[in-house]
Amino acid sequence: MEIVRSQRRNGSDGSGSAASLPLYKSAPSIEFRLEEFGQYAIDRLRVLQAISDGLSRGKKPKEMENLVSEQWRANMKHQDADKTLRKDIISHFVLRLVYCREEEMRRWFLSMETALFRYRFRLQNAEAQKSIMNELQLQYNVLGNAEYETIKDKLTEAARSVNFTSNPETVFYKVPFEDVPELVASRRVFILKGFAFVPRNQVVSLVCTIFRSNISKALALTNRKWRAMIQDQEKDRIAPMVEALGNVYLGPDYSKPKDCAEISLKDINQLASTSFPLCMRHLFGKLREDHHLKHQGRMQLGLFLKGVGLKLEDALAFWRAEFSQKVGAERFDKEYAYSIRHNYGKEGKRTDYTPYSCQKIIMSTPSTGDHHGCPYRHFSEENLRAALNKMGVGGRAMDDIMDKVRNRHYQLACTLTFEATHGTSCETGINHPNQYFVESRKFFESKNKQSQPTA
Amino acid sequence: MTKEKEDNNRDDPMQIDSNRVPTGSLLTDYLRIYYGKFFPYTDMFKWLAYGNDGKHPGCDSSYFGRREFSFTINSDIDEVYLRFQSFFNASEMETSIKAKCPTKIDIGAVYTVDPAKRHAYAQSGFNPIERELVFDIDISDYDDVRYCCSGADTCLNCWPLMTIAIKVIDTALREDFGFSHILWVYSGRRGVHCWVCDSRARRLSKEQRSAIADYFHVYKGGENSLKKVTFSGPLHPFLARAYTDVLKNEFEKWVSTQKLFEHEERFHKILQLIPDESVVSELAEKWQGNSVRWEHLKHMLQSGSKKTQGLRRCIEEIVFSYTYPRLDIQVTKGMNHLLKAPFCVHPGTGRICIPIDPKKCEEFDPTSVPTVAQLIEELNANASIGADNYVEKTSLAASVHLFRTCFLEPLIKTCKDELENAYNTKIQQTKDSLNW
Repeated sequence: MEIVRSQRRNGSDGSGSAASLPLYKSAPSIEFRLEEFGQYAIDRLRVLQAISDGLSRGKKPKEMENLVSEQWRANMKHQDADKTLRKDIISHFVLRLVYCREEEMRRWFLSMETALFRYRFRLQNAEAQKSIMNELQLQYNVLGNAEYETIKDKLTEAARSVNFTSNPETVFYKVPFEDVPELVASRRVFILKGFAFVPRNQVVSLVCTIFRSNISKALALTNRKWRAMIQDQEKDRIAPMVEALGNVYLGPDYSKPKDCAEISLKDINQLASTSFPLCMRHLFGKLREDHHLKHQGRMQLGLFLKGVGLKLEDALAFWRAEFSQKVGAERFDKEYAYSIRHNYGKEGKRTDYTPYSCQKIIMSTPSTGDHHGCPYRHFSEENLRAALNKMGVGGRAMDDIMDKVRNRHYQLACTLTFEATHGTSCETGINHPNQYFVESRKFFESKNKQSQPTA
Repeated sequence: MTKEKEDNNRDDPMQIDSNRVPTGSLLTDYLRIYYGKFFPYTDMFKWLAYGNDGKHPGCDSSYFGRREFSFTINSDIDEVYLRFQSFFNASEMETSIKAKCPTKIDIGAVYTVDPAKRHAYAQSGFNPIERELVFDIDISDYDDVRYCCSGADTCLNCWPLMTIAIKVIDTALREDFGFSHILWVYSGRRGVHCWVCDSRARRLSKEQRSAIADYFHVYKGGENSLKKVTFSGPLHPFLARAYTDVLKNEFEKWVSTQKLFEHEERFHKILQLIPDESVVSELAEKWQGNSVRWEHLKHMLQSGSKKTQGLRRCIEEIVFSYTYPRLDIQVTKGMNHLLKAPFCVHPGTGRICIPIDPKKCEEFDPTSVPTVAQLIEELNANASIGADNYVEKTSLAASVHLFRTCFLEPLIKTCKDELENAYNTKIQQTKDSLNW
């Protein structure tokens, strides 16, 4: 990221249109402070996560428009329009750096930024929209009169089929059908010999596809540049911040369980079968079965148990009981006990490590012999169905969950699992395995209270 | 009829019963001969190389080798499925097929690297990059609307459903999407496959394939919904054309061949698609004769005397429900879905998966498609009279000829032109960059 002297006026800084909706075509020549680097990125991330949440809950376009408008106002907007634009551009490019590094991250970032752009575009007035379309050089795709005459009947037919009356004044854009997949899929446009004829009122789809395609290419490029030189050049300044931003999770960290939420070893089996999310059930089960877990598995499960209220002494006893069956108590004490104490902040830097969030777990990539990661992401359909079956999930709920998995909404799949196994709805959605546990305990506790005789 | 005892002299022809569908070791023997004499290796190579046959300086000689094939091999014990087979050229492909004698050959995608070397590139770069746009239509998906056959069977009465599908989809692919190199293949028993081979089609992303699949997706709804086709307003030009040019008349024929209005449970199904109780009961009461019923229904729904919502497009909905193509959407959406290769032998019927000319699809008769047994018999007959080029004098010749003239030759010409243009552009660019 270059930090260059002058901050140029909007519109001529090469990064976007004169309107308040930039296209992020190239890294801006804007000077800004390192603190703004992190804070702006986090603010934008809040907006993107809200969009992600809204989309996976199936919010309608109008609701999404409102959501985007609110979130933007709450997190990004500044009284001064110039300052808003500046923050907009900086935060986008910073997040590009953060999210270019892994495929899953790129995919997520691309989808959310495109969605953000789509709804912001819809909220712009006609003038602003036209200006953006000119930025994308769509004026060259306007359907000429001669050709219009030859197909106007079909254009009218297509328009009527989606309840829209076109008139001779309606502007049409002639673009390759590949540019408007959504319109083709829903048969909302007339297509002829590989070209789609998009009326002005459907142009959002076209603009978004182009935007998406541009950002996608940019991300791939940024990734290469990052790996090739920036990561190294910036290893003392920006790289650590980028790394940290990649793990940002905007919720409670569950590192300090409430005192009354302590759990004891004798309860652990019971708790595992009723209140652990699938990822932890799986790790727990494998630990019991193999009397061993590889490093990442130990980290993921170990920190989770810490978050759930397992005290250090109990944790040591628990892990020793399992591992000593495989490697012997002595080896356990020599080789594994240290890292458990390390997790609890009793060794080395004495950092109190926080349990992993869903985002972090989903991003990890287990390989042969590993059992960590998110099962909704990594299990085959068959294995996932079997695992969910064991939890008591079946029928309609199973289908809904598999549907979410197919669409890569892993956290939603987990939320649905929670709902299916507890028989209650989980409005907030699961973002953290410890949250799953806490919600589950809350549910069972209130159930117990209800069944107790009143005083 | 029993098979003649084998003797060591290979020149003696096998005794063939061309009416019997070969299975087990008999199938393997037939396949050995089929792969030995009939399978068109060179044509298949020319097709899938798309001009990259090493003759032009702009060729990519690695292209063919990056294509995935898969073999299904039946041994005495069980069935083995071998994925990620790849071949450097036609000769290697031929050797491998003859050696392994697969009961089925599938064609997959072209990957970034040779599938055989995929493990070396696992993390970074083993991805599908090109793949034909494909469609798979099975007549068993229409079991709820055909009464002459069900499941894997088909006859000349219900085969027209496939003809309809070919017409509707082929026209749309050419007219709407602008594709021209389209191969339709009989799947060997109960359906058809479509391979769209334009380079533009091969480079479509998953999202774009999905969009095309959805464009064609009209017949929707699971087993629980009664009404699978709903039109809320005037039809999109594609659907209007399909209706006017093909479906409307075909449905009239279907009414007659399937006797849709002669049997109560059959016309009851149609009545279920009408969203107006009063219309339904009025019709149910009045009906006496046969074809009169359909005319009566049409008249009633079109007269406009009933203003109920949802009646305006009811006729079209009925027609589409019965006749509109029912695709296996997942086959089209995926980029690396493996689809059976043309000219395979269908192990269930012994029939060859031969190409169908879309312009003459009405003439196609699935019951007279050559079988592997028949071909071998013809081969033997030719050999015994000492004829030359005896493979060319069998029933397969016509299919290979069709493949070449209607599909392969135009395709190769286009590929060569594209290669030439790309090559010239590259040369020009190099020249330009040297100028300063």
